[in-house]
Formats: sequence, C-alpha cells, structure tokens
Amino acid sequence: MSAEPKDPMLPRPFRIEKVRRELSDTFTVELVPVEGGDFAFDPGQFNMLYVFGIGEVPISISGDPADRSRLIHTTRAVGAVTNAMNRLRVGDVLGVRGPYGTPWPVEAAFGRDLVFVAGGVGLAPLRPAITMAMTHRDRFSRVVVLYGARTPDDILFKKELERWRSRFDMDVSVTVDRATQRWGGNVGVVTNLVAKRGFEPARTTAFVCGPEGMMRYSAIALEKVGVARDAIHLSMERNMKCGCGLCGHCQWGPHFVCKDGPVFRYDRIADLLTVREL
Amino acid sequence: MAQPHDLGPIIDAHPFFQGIDGELRALLVGCAANERFEPGEMLTREGRPADKFYLVRSGHVAVEAALPGRQPIILETVGEDEVLGWSWVVEPYLATFDARAVTPVRAVSFDGTCLRAKMAKDHLLGYEVLRRFLPVITHRLATTRMQLLDLYGPAVPPIGADKVKKAKKVKKAKGKAG
Repeated sequence: MSAEPKDPMLPRPFRIEKVRRELSDTFTVELVPVEGGDFAFDPGQFNMLYVFGIGEVPISISGDPADRSRLIHTTRAVGAVTNAMNRLRVGDVLGVRGPYGTPWPVEAAFGRDLVFVAGGVGLAPLRPAITMAMTHRDRFSRVVVLYGARTPDDILFKKELERWRSRFDMDVSVTVDRATQRWGGNVGVVTNLVAKRGFEPARTTAFVCGPEGMMRYSAIALEKVGVARDAIHLSMERNMKCGCGLCGHCQWGPHFVCKDGPVFRYDRIADLLTVREL
Repeated sequence: MAQPHDLGPIIDAHPFFQGIDGELRALLVGCAANERFEPGEMLTREGRPADKFYLVRSGHVAVEAALPGRQPIILETVGEDEVLGWSWVVEPYLATFDARAVTPVRAVSFDGTCLRAKMAKDHLLGYEVLRRFLPVITHRLATTRMQLLDLYGPAVPPIGADKVKKAKKVKKAKGKAG
C-alpha cells in the first residue's frame, strides 16, 4: 500500500506508540498508522510531520526501511513545532505527509567501500542507510561509520554505535569536539577521522549528514584523500513547506531541496555550498 | 627497547617521515629513542622545556589545557601514525599544552636540541623536517578553527532574521489597530 495519500497536502494520521529521550534536546517518536496499513520509504527520505494546531516540519526518517509497520523519527527540539512535538505523549496523534525526497543511493554503492560520515543529530537520517547496508553486508567491501559530536554527552544512538562497533564486519569511529578527562575516546573534528581513512578512496561511496558546515568540510576532506566528487552524497536542509516541490520555499539555487534533494551528489552542489546569499 | 640503529625502519614506516632520503634519516636516527608511556603518564607539560617531539606508533595521547578551578579540557587526541609536538622547533622551545597518555603509548621520540643543531648545520635536513611539520601545523590550525565554529551547537538565526521578525510584529500590531 502506498503511504502517500492522493492529495499530497493531506496528512495521514499516525499514533505515537513510543517516545524515547535520546539527548537533553533530542527525542525519537515511533508512529503507527491510525487506520492501519504499512509505510514504505527509502533511506534518506523525509516526512512532513504535522502537530495539529501548531504546524508542520520536515523530519528525516530514522527507522529501518525493512520494517514497514512503523515510522521512526528522531529530531532535536529547536522550534515551535518540534518543541510542541517534544511535549506529545504515547497515544497522541500526528499528521504525516510523505515520504518525500531523494534517497541515499545504497544499492548503487554495491561492490564498493561504503563510508558514512555523520555529525551530531545528522546520524539519524543516515541510520536507515546504515541499517540497510548491514542487511546487505555481503554486497559491500568495507563499511565504515565516522561520527562526530559536540561532547560525549551529545553522542546520539550510543547503544547502537556500541553494537555496530562490536561487529567484526564494520568499522566505527567516534570523536567529539571537546571533552574532559572522563572521556577516553578521540577528541577532534570528524574530518580527522576521514584523514585516518580505513577505506580505499578510489572505490568508496560516501554518505555525509550533519550541520551544513560539517558536511562542507567533510566533503573537502573526503575529496582530499581521493574519494571522487561524484561518489560523495550530502543531505541538505532548507526551510520546507509543501515538501513536494509545489511552493518553492526550499529553493536553493536551481534546486528545490524537498524534490531534488535532500540527498544530493556533491559534484552537483559543491559550488552552491560556499554561496553566502543562499 | 629498540636501540637507535634499529629505529631506522620504524622511522621509515611512520607516515610522517615516509620516503625520506636515507642519509637524512641516518641523521634523524642519531637523535631518536624508543619510548613507552603508561596511561596517565605525561609526555609534555605546559611551560616546561619542549625538548622532544614524538612519532606515535600506537596508543592515544590527549593534548590538554588545565585551567584553575576547572577540569582539564582535552583539546585533541593524537594517535597511531600521527606526530605530537612542534614547540621544540619554535622559540622559546616551551611546551604550550600538557600531553597525557590515555592508553599505553609506544612512540619514537626525537631530542629537540640534538635535531635543531643538526638542522642548523645541514639545511637540507632542516628543510625536510620543516616541510613535513608545516602541513601538520596548518591542519591543526584548520581543525581548531572548525572546533571554534561549534558546528553542532544551537543554530544561530540567519542575518536579517530579527528584522523580519520585527517587521512581522509591526504588521500584526497594525492589523490589530486597524
């Protein structure tokens, strides 16, 4: 069953089945469709989530694409809508439109090294792609996750990172920008992890997600070690309203981020990343 | 512990001196020593003579700043295949931060006084060493700038956002008045 209603502006009601506090300002909601049915999406896509009476926001899906029975969204409470969402409880109902946008090209990376570079809450939109990659682990050469956070207290999906790190077929490195002596791990920016490699640049596909500045520097670092521009993919964020390319709110140069993105190939957007006016 | 004459292949294998000319490497070996540090042991202390630099072979070193009344802050960690310390080559040759072994650390250390004397005599060696240090220094400067940007911190409203907000407020107030 298709998740998208016939009218793209009509939200579908979903009930909150679980709420998880991830960090002091970040939470995860698990949603199930009120009228039943399932929900198919590709890793990297997003939904417009509607808190009734408050407003709508685009949030990437952070769940497993193989599990169509529920929708999982992880977000930071930063504005009116996400703060209102943060106050919702189990049993409350949200409106969902989607899924929208371009996905991470996981299958196109079959046979290659797959490198995920995530920063802060940017690990959430990458999680479906990481899950999918591990489901098809034998289709890739190396799978590497490089994750940077602000401090050790800001590390998202800690348990999951630990579980991934304990696998023998996946390399996970974590770094934080600042720490006290209680932290025994890496300190430094995530691009330092890129420089240490652990993958073969010439046969690497990289998916990068995080704050725009972090993605820009990470793409430069990946390119510097030899990863081709057209093998680097970034997930962009702009102020979206309709989510499906009708309103033009998220126009970014020649692109609509909601329709042409959010996942873009780096060689197609590299020049736009340094245009201040955009 | 490896003796200085055994350190040649180890120095060759470390990315920092990869591909260095054999004669220059021989000069380096004369100033080198193999060292081990246990967790918690200090490699350098702020303000003390910076008489060494290290090629880290394994383990992690935390570069720290300790301020009164605060827990020491780790500024960065230096690990396998990386180089630690450049104050030995910059006057007045004093360490600018603390460096503490986080895990057991194996490293090749170089005596700064010994190497500076050799670099002053043999400019080719001086050039070769500085040529390799410069990218490390610029890289650390760039990453420190990135840390200062606080990329994961709360988003700052775009320039002009406050003006838009004010304009909306005025418009709303006018609407009510009308």
